[in-house]
Amino acid sequence: MSGKVIVCRCEDVTLHDVEHTLARGYRDIEEVKRYTGFGTGPCQGKECLRVVACLLAERTGVAPSAIAPFTTRPPIASVPLRLLAGPGAEDLTSARDDDATDEDHGMAG
Amino acid sequence: MAPRDPPPPTPTATPGPAEQPALPARAETVVIGGGVIGLAIAWNLARLGKSDIVILERSYLAAGASGRNGGGIRQQWSTELNIRLMQESVALVKRFTADLGINVWLRQGGYLFLARTDTERGFLEQNAALQQRCGVGTRVLTPAEANEIVPELDVSGFAAAAYNPSDGILFPWPFLWGYADGAVKLGARLHCFTDVTAIDRPPANDAAGDFTVHTSRGAIRAHRVINAAGAWSPEIARLVGVELPDRPVRHEILSTEPLKPFLRPMVSVLGTGLYFSQSMRGEIVGGVSIHGDRHTLAMGSRLKFLTTMARALCELVPQFGEVQVLRQWAGPYDVTVDGNPILGEPPGLPRFYLCCGFMGHGFMMAPVIGKYYGEWLAGGKPHEIFDKWTLARFASGQLAKETFIIG
Repeated sequence: MSGKVIVCRCEDVTLHDVEHTLARGYRDIEEVKRYTGFGTGPCQGKECLRVVACLLAERTGVAPSAIAPFTTRPPIASVPLRLLAGPGAEDLTSARDDDATDEDHGMAG
Repeated sequence: MAPRDPPPPTPTATPGPAEQPALPARAETVVIGGGVIGLAIAWNLARLGKSDIVILERSYLAAGASGRNGGGIRQQWSTELNIRLMQESVALVKRFTADLGINVWLRQGGYLFLARTDTERGFLEQNAALQQRCGVGTRVLTPAEANEIVPELDVSGFAAAAYNPSDGILFPWPFLWGYADGAVKLGARLHCFTDVTAIDRPPANDAAGDFTVHTSRGAIRAHRVINAAGAWSPEIARLVGVELPDRPVRHEILSTEPLKPFLRPMVSVLGTGLYFSQSMRGEIVGGVSIHGDRHTLAMGSRLKFLTTMARALCELVPQFGEVQVLRQWAGPYDVTVDGNPILGEPPGLPRFYLCCGFMGHGFMMAPVIGKYYGEWLAGGKPHEIFDKWTLARFASGQLAKETFIIG
């Protein structure tokens, strides 16, 4: 049954895949992301992150509030390359770009 | 769970932070850094019977550059030593699934380097001749011939290309899990989420004494310590009073939506650091250099990378304009001034081994470097790399530069 319950629709990750990952000893949400590929498709975790986090909480006994989301990868929604390559795109880049994103993303990336 | 679901396998490796066993009091070898270099050395040492190994990883597996790179593996280099090492590394990667029981999605679609100027064409011709003498099948192509390999390229303005069909790409993450599981099965112990905070040198009155490595989860004594911390290796070396010359440089990368498979080789443009390939999942994955950055271990993502990369991709492959970017991320190159790594023991500090400074290609070199490091530490004769790529070379100025670096 768990092999037919989809937890990440973009990448076809099943409940069984997550259970398999936990059984291998991976507990951190970043590890589960990498081992299953959940959250790496078009929705970038907007649909599946909450589901997998709840599963981790339920199966490992960790409080849901103790499970941080995996690092968000820009852009927030998919963007065609031509929009980013177009004239004026570089003007979107502020002088504070480096510092601002490092503050947001921290050293962990 | 329905009866026909297979039972979950027995856990073999990398227990999470909550349930990790305590660090052992001592190990013959402590490897600092659970990236591909440290894991490759550990597996090779264990394979050769020296399996009393503890690997200390500060975060989760694949948290550093080993989990953030483009997965390229090439034999096109500018020095005979690197060409020959990478020929051997490719051979080892082809055996990886048989040796370590995990599919790393190796696809040998070649590497296609594009040159804009006559100087760059000369660089490709000279290197191709050297590569051919070593037995690598690199050919220098006209732009039209490059177009036959990748018809989508707009080759106007290019002078030449170099193509070696046996270069390729693989998926970095299973590569790490393969080495980790392989080492653990042979007796090595992997401790993730374990941060090294201090290292005591062996006692001054005891030449054969142990190091003591202090971590966020307790201390461990070690006969030998291997610093395989990649871009973080200078921080680790500083804990024993050794100053390393390698420095971290942020490199960014992006991935697009998956496309129907069409692109065989990794494509790279000399001088810009642009490279991209199509992964086995169909995504276009690649990066480009942002020059002028200060040294940093920060891994934040920047819009200026996205716009620079988008422009470079759309200029070279106009059809990419409609392709959607899904995500971007960053990782550190671990950069040395001569483009080669730092190996062996620093002067005056025996049994503290360096394995760092891999310039963004540590991933592809790990199989062969791990093999020779393992053989040496298991009692074999040291390969010439341990004479050539020492820390001392930077002081002596005897630098044989590797110039075939992307970015």
